[in-house]
Amino acid sequence: MTFPGLFNYWVVIALMMVGFYVVIAQGNLIKKVVGLNIFQVSVFVFYISISKVKGGSAPILSEGIALYGNPLPHVLILTAIVVGVATMALALALVVRIQDAYGTVEEDEIREREEAS
Amino acid sequence: MAVTAVALAWLRNLFAVVMLSGIFTLTAAVVYVVMDAVDVAFTEAAVGAGIATVLMLGSLVLTTAEEKVQPRRAFGPLAMVVLTGAVLVYGTLDMPFYGDPSAPAHGHVAPRYIRDSGREVGPPNIVTSVLASYRGYDTLGEVFVIFTAAAGVIVLMGRGRRYRGRERRDAERS
Amino acid sequence: MSHIAVLRVVSKLLIPVILLFALYVQFHGDFGPGGGFQAGVIFGSGFILYALIFGTAVARRVVPAAITRIALAAGVLLYGGVGVAGIVLGGQYLDYSVLADDALAGQHLGIALIEFGVGLTVAAAMITIFYVFAGQDRGPEDAEQ
Repeated sequence: MTFPGLFNYWVVIALMMVGFYVVIAQGNLIKKVVGLNIFQVSVFVFYISISKVKGGSAPILSEGIALYGNPLPHVLILTAIVVGVATMALALALVVRIQDAYGTVEEDEIREREEAS
Repeated sequence: MAVTAVALAWLRNLFAVVMLSGIFTLTAAVVYVVMDAVDVAFTEAAVGAGIATVLMLGSLVLTTAEEKVQPRRAFGPLAMVVLTGAVLVYGTLDMPFYGDPSAPAHGHVAPRYIRDSGREVGPPNIVTSVLASYRGYDTLGEVFVIFTAAAGVIVLMGRGRRYRGRERRDAERS
Repeated sequence: MSHIAVLRVVSKLLIPVILLFALYVQFHGDFGPGGGFQAGVIFGSGFILYALIFGTAVARRVVPAAITRIALAAGVLLYGGVGVAGIVLGGQYLDYSVLADDALAGQHLGIALIEFGVGLTVAAAMITIFYVFAGQDRGPEDAEQ
């Protein structure tokens, strides 16, 4: 019974590994932002999977339901998603400014230009 | 969902990457519904399909749509990532099972929110009452972060390009 | 050009529904899934759809950038102001129970106001960020034309 019980964590870890790999191995800054996004979603899925209670329902009070999911992680992730998109916009703005200043968004080319100047 | 993520890492055409990341977040939204987090799924669907994709496309227009082909395969980062993943999988062996009602996360304040929020705060949606009332300070902080991020975007890109274009033209003229 | 006509007609039908739905999510958040964050995001994306299809110039005439910046700050101020109102009326910061005679009614009022502040800020932030990104390439294009 360990396999279905821990499967959610393993999916999260797989997602996180993909995002992490994109962030540290790819040179393109936009791709890095996408990688950070994947990383972020993996953390969201982790929190939401923690909040799940077997047999529970969505945390909206109504008659005849005794068991609810845990509302606390929902609150945290709800705000985190919107904050995430706002900070992603900030990161993309930085990338655009880098493109303005260096004429490229590839990390190694930026480094070359730094050393050349 | 994991398949989309791997495809994301492989593709070099950034336009396709952006479209796939839209699909990726929609899949995530479906996963949230399965896990009973309707409020979160709502937000994720609107953010992922709408705003994030549009912003990504906007920045692609401003920069470049094609990623440079990398000269060498990166084994160092791959080894690093696999190592991290292995450590984390080892860590999960002690974690509570999926949907376990006696997991530590369901102890502490969560049962109190579920039991008393209807009487103390009122709204039947527990997520709303925790968000706005019990954790009002948190939410205030989050709103400030959003405000700061938007202000930062304005400061970084607000009118920069047009002014700099004018400066460049002036420099060429003189 | 016919596909653009299809887009225009369909979005003209859909955008009012999207915006209305955002308001429903905003004010019905106490009872069903919803609240300020979701409503702000839905409102923002509905408006961005409008701007994408009818052009940012038209969208800027409907909601000028200055208004979104004011709304951005107004939402945060509303949130903070509700907290200060709690202090003035004799409670603690962000204590809604003192806002009305009855503690439950006060909680209701406070949550509604705060969710409205959140929604205002989020929608304004999304539209502002979109304007800034969409307004970038205007300079060089104008020079070319």
